[in-house]
Amino acid sequence: MTGTARDGSGTPAAPATAAKSASKSAAASASEAASAAAAIELRAATKRFRTPSGGVYTALRDLDLTVAPGEFCAVVGPTGCGKSTTLSLISGLERASAGRALVHGEPVTGIDPRVGFMFQTDAVFPWKSVLDNVAAGPQFRGAAKKEALSRARDWLRRVGLSGFEDRLPHQLSGGMRKRVALAQTLINEPEILLMDEPFSALDVQTRQIVQDELLALWELTRPAVVFVTHDLEEAIALADKVVVLTVGPGTVKDTFRVDLPRPRKVQEIRFQPRFVELYEQIWSSLRDEVRLAYARTAGDAPAPESAPVPAPATASGTPSPSTSASSSRNSSPTTADRAE
Amino acid sequence: MTDTHTGTASVPGAAPPSSGALAGTAEEAALIRGARARARRRRLLILLTQVALVAAVLGGWQLGASSGALDTFTYGSPDGVVKQLRTWFADGTSLGSIWHNIAVTMQETVLGFLIGTVSGVVLGIALGRIRALADVMAPFIKAANSIPRIVLGSMFIIWFGLGPSGKVALAVVLVFFSVFFNAFQGTREVDRNLIANARILGASEWRVTSHVVLPSAMTWIVASLHAAFGFALIGAIVGEMLGAQAGLGQLIAQAQGNFNADGVYAGTLLIAVLALIAEFVVTRFEKRVLRWRPAQSAGDGTGL
Repeated sequence: MTGTARDGSGTPAAPATAAKSASKSAAASASEAASAAAAIELRAATKRFRTPSGGVYTALRDLDLTVAPGEFCAVVGPTGCGKSTTLSLISGLERASAGRALVHGEPVTGIDPRVGFMFQTDAVFPWKSVLDNVAAGPQFRGAAKKEALSRARDWLRRVGLSGFEDRLPHQLSGGMRKRVALAQTLINEPEILLMDEPFSALDVQTRQIVQDELLALWELTRPAVVFVTHDLEEAIALADKVVVLTVGPGTVKDTFRVDLPRPRKVQEIRFQPRFVELYEQIWSSLRDEVRLAYARTAGDAPAPESAPVPAPATASGTPSPSTSASSSRNSSPTTADRAE
Repeated sequence: MTDTHTGTASVPGAAPPSSGALAGTAEEAALIRGARARARRRRLLILLTQVALVAAVLGGWQLGASSGALDTFTYGSPDGVVKQLRTWFADGTSLGSIWHNIAVTMQETVLGFLIGTVSGVVLGIALGRIRALADVMAPFIKAANSIPRIVLGSMFIIWFGLGPSGKVALAVVLVFFSVFFNAFQGTREVDRNLIANARILGASEWRVTSHVVLPSAMTWIVASLHAAFGFALIGAIVGEMLGAQAGLGQLIAQAQGNFNADGVYAGTLLIAVLALIAEFVVTRFEKRVLRWRPAQSAGDGTGL
């Protein structure tokens, strides 16, 4: 259905490397064209941290990233490659040690009111009711209490939490708390939405539901999104573009366009042949980095040879990557089976 | 707890077995009934043991005193304490009405508690939030904290005289440090994600402090309040013992001067009652302020 790829990497038989470089150059030229009006831009961004022992740790090195307005960009990479640091540079929570971070062409100097951020851990305020949590953003920004509350009710309806206004966060399930966080972030109508593995704590079924909800809400206002995740399936299902980072210090290894049609249904899109194909391509790029990262944490022991190698072309061979970062990807094999 | 009077025959909370469309209802009701009966028996047993313990100690003491085995002049006796209390409440004390003395002590305690708590919380959060301020103040706070604070009582008598202000000052100093260190630590422990989230949602530094840091640090602050009220009471009582015109501490000091053991016990008993009432109030306050926290899984337990 989606066999013809815009960037010409769609021929299933094409060797992985060729496909990769093709998509890479295509993405590069696209980003140059968009560069004037880019919503988010990182130029040769480098971030170093002082370690407690007095050394210097480089989290990011010469990272280039461009996200167009309304574009959904997923960033994947192995554990500890600086994915989250990327977001803190864009949000203004951290400053780049070298290079530049731009939002709508302006250098980031502090927290930009156009930016929304969804955290990996629960960042809803546990002492505020659901309604007060969602109303916090407008209230912090000076809206009258009454107006903030009525807008919050509106957003709670949109995320399907009407009737839960007076609950406290600890009385909600994990998925509901994520929806509160989503409403809390989106009520400020950010032009730029940064998400740091927001759904990683959810079980697979709940996660797919919340992902669909995210896509539906995203379609409403179409902010530019940078979505950090270690889950490749999630990245492809959601994004227009998937950026693979190298093992730390992180820098961009490859960029892939995801030419799957929208609107998407997260539960169903992974059955499409094109999805499987993209998965194979991107995984072959990510695999080496994941192995390297694993070897580092395992004290330079050789990576287990069982590290999945995607079988070429045939969908039945879809990898079920079982390396460190993918504990929750059990659905992959079933996907492949049904895709036949 | 809710239906102790109904006995084991019927349990209002459980559905009547006849209405049970589900097969398990009757069985469930029986289970619940059994569990409740067991819990009730256990509570009763504990209560009886406690009463027996008190009776044994007081009875033994009274027996020893009336049989002459214990010297009542040195050790007093339970009926002596009761007599002393009756005299105080009926005829007043050498320092005026007993209610006046209680009021004076409570006033000093509560005032010292409030001033100490507020200043401890404000300074604790300020130093917790502003790193430079903490670095500057650290040695002074450490030095001040190292002074045995009861010694300050003598200083306060010189400064403030025998009136209540010196006792309030002593209570403040005692309360301040216990609250300050908790507020400081609580501020340092606030989840950084919550602060980042508030800032991105648009909160100013002041709003971050009032909407995120204070409620979050409240867990720590409230924990210190239990001890803090005790310290306030110690401050007031010790201040009064060092020299005062009225108050329970002065009453005890006078009883001590007269070798009136029963008077010392009676004063101590009154202070213990006040402390328990205050503890109850603080616990209520804690429950209200920390309502947002999930219930502790172990239940209320013994509440020690």
